[in-house]
This record gives sequence, structure tokens and C-alpha cells, in this order.
Amino acid sequence: MSKRFGRTWALRDCSIRVPAGKIAGLVGPNGAGKTTFLHLAAGLLTPTAGEIRVFGRSPQSQLLLLLDRVGFVAQDTPLYAGFSVGDMLQFGRKLNRRWDQAAAEERLRKLDIPFDKRVGQLSGGQRSQVALALALGKHPELLLLDEPVARLDPLARREFMQRLTEAVADEGSTVLLSSHVMADLERVCDYLIIITAGQVQVAGDIEVLLASHHLLIGPRLNRDARLNGVELIKAQHTERQSSLWIRGTVPPLGAGWREEPLPLEELVITYLSAPAAGTLPRPELEEAAS
Amino acid sequence: MALIAFHVDPNSGVSYYVQLMQQVRQALLFGLLKSGDQLPTVKEVVAQVALNPNTVLRAYRDLEHEGLVVSRPGLGTFVAQKVPPAVAQSSYRSLRSELERWIRKAHEAGLDDDTLAALVAHVLHAKTEEVVA
Repeated sequence: MSKRFGRTWALRDCSIRVPAGKIAGLVGPNGAGKTTFLHLAAGLLTPTAGEIRVFGRSPQSQLLLLLDRVGFVAQDTPLYAGFSVGDMLQFGRKLNRRWDQAAAEERLRKLDIPFDKRVGQLSGGQRSQVALALALGKHPELLLLDEPVARLDPLARREFMQRLTEAVADEGSTVLLSSHVMADLERVCDYLIIITAGQVQVAGDIEVLLASHHLLIGPRLNRDARLNGVELIKAQHTERQSSLWIRGTVPPLGAGWREEPLPLEELVITYLSAPAAGTLPRPELEEAAS
Repeated sequence: MALIAFHVDPNSGVSYYVQLMQQVRQALLFGLLKSGDQLPTVKEVVAQVALNPNTVLRAYRDLEHEGLVVSRPGLGTFVAQKVPPAVAQSSYRSLRSELERWIRKAHEAGLDDDTLAALVAHVLHAKTEEVVA
């Protein structure tokens, strides 16, 4: 699906399936289209072209049904500063057909967040927990989070992730979580989506991605050296040495060649620094009609 | 209340589920977990360690394949009735002094800690390959 704002395509020909029950991490440069993607999934936006299906249906055609089943924590966890925590829960109750007030209250009580305190007076970490409680109050099947911990200190971030994974363990919800914090994504996600310049560059099971990508180091290659049977994501050369990031099975290595570990963060950075590469075939980019 | 707590090291290069399994084996070895004891629930583990629940499930499942634990649907995961006995304190102590002696010798021979650790890892790895082959 594609989404255009004015003359700019925020997302172009994105085609992905997020497997149910997975915690998918969404990574990419700012402005790449992650927020647009999440808003499309939540039914807050309609695609300009193509379609998005959530639970097998288009959000716009089943908006009320979808709102019941999808929880959304938007960027900067927007809450009404003047509302009390209790007011926010009321807000959640009024807006959602299915709402578990008792569970939401219990959740916040366990975190020692007072109901009569105004949201504007809470710490960043507490606000993020209230936003999460609001999203979880409807027991959503799909939980979308747009950089929910971006501005939190390490402890508040950890506590948010603890509560998030705990809720997933309880409910079995599918999660789509956009973040720049690779450490969190690495702990918590089992599926990865990289969006760069409005296109999906990578989408896959993290374990499969890690098993299929390799970093090979060896003596400087000729300009026209070719690799057979593997896809070259990126190459870097010094005077004496070549580093190759490949996808596929490692071929028999010649003299002087070795494999170095390629952890998730490095894999992500490799793709971000090589925008022309991808695990999915990229469609031809047409000129956007003016 | 959970009997043991898990801790993961993001920088060890070892998969999280393997780290969890190693910690269960260690707990068994040192008698912190005994036959019939209940392992922390998946929910308890992730609430503490912030991991994907599937990571914990996988560790528990693999431990079950090894015969160390048994999963009882609706009840939890429990240490199996027959597990390798815990290492005796005396054996542990004497192995440790031997190791300290060996480390001193290695240092005197000029090995630094990193080289030392790499040597141990290499020999262990070779041992595993022998067992597998």
C-alpha cells in the first residue's frame, strides 16, 4: 500500500504481513514512514493506493470493530495534561466498547500511580505507563506503539518493557513497536521490519535474519570480483582489506577470509546504510504524479 | 513467589533462551532448584527481565526435551523427578583450587586473561565436538 501527503509519498508500495502473536520491531530513519505505517494500521489514515488489512479486513470498512481490537500508543504518549489519571481512565471507558476498568485500575495501582494526580504532573515514565494502561484496557489483539520510550530514562524504559512483555505473556497480543532503541528491540522482538524512504527494506523473523546474514572479512578484493550464490548487501574496502555483508549461506572461504559476528544492531545499521539493498524485491519507483 | 530469578547479558553473544537454560542448569547443579520445584512462570520471568515470552517458552521447551523439566498444562513448569544430582560442595571446592593453580601457572607462562579464556573456550568446544562426533 502507499500513502501520499500532498506531493510526497510517505509510503510507497509497502507490502508486508505481520505474523499474529509476534512482537515486531519497526526501525528506520525519522521521516521514513514508520508513523504513517502505524497510523494506517490503526485505521487513522486511509491508504492513497493499495490496501491494508488488519485481522483480514480493511480498517476503514470496519473501523468500530477495529478500534475495539487495536490499541495504539502514539508518539510522545499524548495524554491530556489537565486530566487526572482517573479522568483518563474514564476517557478510555467512554471511548471503548470493551473496557476492563478494574484491570486498568489494578495495573496503575501496582505502579503506585495515584488516580487523582494530573497527568501533567506525572513523570515521563508514569505517563508512558498510563498511556500503556489505556491501550491495554480494551484487551487489544493488536497493540501498536510509536516510539513509546524515546524520551525515558533507562529505568523507566525497562519498567515499560517489563509491563509490555508481561501483558503480552498474559494476552498473546500481536505487537508492532517502533523504536530506535536497539537494545530493547533485541530483547523483546522476534520479528523485524526496516522502513527506509517510504519503502519496506527488510521484513522477517529475527532468528532467520540473523542466521542468514554474515560479515566476511578478507584480503582486498578486485573491483570486479564476484560472489556466487549469495546476495551482497554492502561492501567496504580499505587498501588491504575487504569487508562484505552478505545474505545467504556462507560459501567456502578462501585463504585469509574469516567470518565475524553480526549482531542485530549491526545488521540493522548495515541495511540503513545501504538503502538500495533489501530482503524484499523493491518495485520500480515511478515519478509521483504532480 | 518465584524460587529463582533470571538475569540476561545482552553482550555475551549467547542467545537469551540459551542463557536462561544455562541458569536453570546452574540452579540445579548448586541445589537451588530440586526435583518437583516449580520454575518461575513465563509471565513472572518476562515481568522481571523484559524478554519476549516466546524466548522463555523456548528455553522451557528445550529443557523439557533434555529431560530436566516437565511442563504441566495449566499448572506450570516443574523440575523433573530424576535430575542429575547437585555437585557436592567438596568437589566444587577442590575443582576451584585446581583451577586457581592452573590460572597462576598460565599467567606465569605469559598468557593474559583474554588468551586464557579463549583457550578454555577452544578446548571446551573441541570436547563438545568429540561428544557429538
